[in-house]
Amino acid sequence: MPGKFLLEVVTPEKQLLSQEVDEVIAPGSEGEFGVLPGHCHFLSTLKIGELRYRVDNQTHHMAVLWGYAEVTPTKVTVMAEVAEKAEDIDVERATAKVEEAERRLQAGGLPSEVKEAQISLEKARLRKKIAERTRKSGHV
Amino acid sequence: MPSLQSLRRKISAFKNTQKITKAMKMVAAAKLKRSQDRILAARPYAHKMRGVLSNLSQRVNRTAHPLLQKRDGKKVEVLVVTSDRGLCGGFNGNIVRKSAEFVRQCEAQGLTVNLSIVGRKGRDYFRRRTWLIRQEWTGVFDKLSFEHAIDIGGDLTDNFVKGTFDELYVVYNEFKSAIQQRVIVEKLFPVDVATEFGAAQAATTSAGAYLYEPGEAELLNALVPKHFQVQAYRILLESAAAEHGARMAAMDGATRNAGQLIKKTTLYYNKTRQAAITKELMDIVGGAEALK
Repeated sequence: MPGKFLLEVVTPEKQLLSQEVDEVIAPGSEGEFGVLPGHCHFLSTLKIGELRYRVDNQTHHMAVLWGYAEVTPTKVTVMAEVAEKAEDIDVERATAKVEEAERRLQAGGLPSEVKEAQISLEKARLRKKIAERTRKSGHV
Repeated sequence: MPSLQSLRRKISAFKNTQKITKAMKMVAAAKLKRSQDRILAARPYAHKMRGVLSNLSQRVNRTAHPLLQKRDGKKVEVLVVTSDRGLCGGFNGNIVRKSAEFVRQCEAQGLTVNLSIVGRKGRDYFRRRTWLIRQEWTGVFDKLSFEHAIDIGGDLTDNFVKGTFDELYVVYNEFKSAIQQRVIVEKLFPVDVATEFGAAQAATTSAGAYLYEPGEAELLNALVPKHFQVQAYRILLESAAAEHGARMAAMDGATRNAGQLIKKTTLYYNKTRQAAITKELMDIVGGAEALK
């Protein structure tokens, strides 16, 4: 049984996480990738997506909106533009954001505005999804 | 001997000054708290970024990205980070002195030096010197945001690529603690491999293959300019926090000095007043004696 490795998540606002974990699954721009201890060196950009990490048998979730991940055999460093732990996401706010983004998308406008609305919709949906799932599993 | 009235005026002037310095100290303390939180939060990200980049720069070919090249040029640029406002003790003086010293050192080695300056105070100082100021940014500290860092970082990367300079050094105040700042001269261009961080990792990993996703070129394109923005942001935040710390300390000292002056002058005022009363009494007693 190989040991754990260190997962560090930092954003420009703060250091979000620095913890020994067993496994990480991250949303790479070319597709999701999983990391176990002893992974070879790897550098990837991240897209909007869900970052999962497992400590013992507990899986934690986190929303990551763009960034970079550097993987070494003993350490994973995630540098995200924005990252939020599932338990920190406010479901009501996320839902409101989804609605707002949908409205903006329907209103149309300049191509750049539409694109922006699409991106913010994607972000909002992701956060909502993660937050709701965590909430549900928390109640069970 | 000054008149009693002028002494009274002096005391009230000192009191007013003390009120102002005290208020400034309070304001600086509040701002310090905020900027301290920001810099402490931003540091891990910036350091990680530098770690990744210096790791990367020794693995990829230096010519792979224009911002990573190393040129043996003779053109040096010094970015001097000062504050917009004064009344913060030796904060700007230290920076300016160190920069001037550094520039002279470079010139002694036969390099041409240009300056770019952040902050009104540094601009005012160097405008009266002979060195050429290529670019200046003032007023960034009023509402410091990442936008400013993008602006400054973008300008610097553009000019490095254009060949305006071959090396860039930043002189700024590092925030050590609320009452301590340290003047730092840091090399930003070209990216140096020999940082303590990169060197330690290189020893263990240089043999292993490195995977990139997406391709190396795309990754560098995204990562490298970002790195300079992040570093610029960190430097601005450091300087802002250090400035508020310096101002708080300076204003604390000024308040204390004003207090001492008030005490001294009040004592002198009372002595003078007493002397005047005694003199008057003597006059009255003398007059009464003479009438007998």
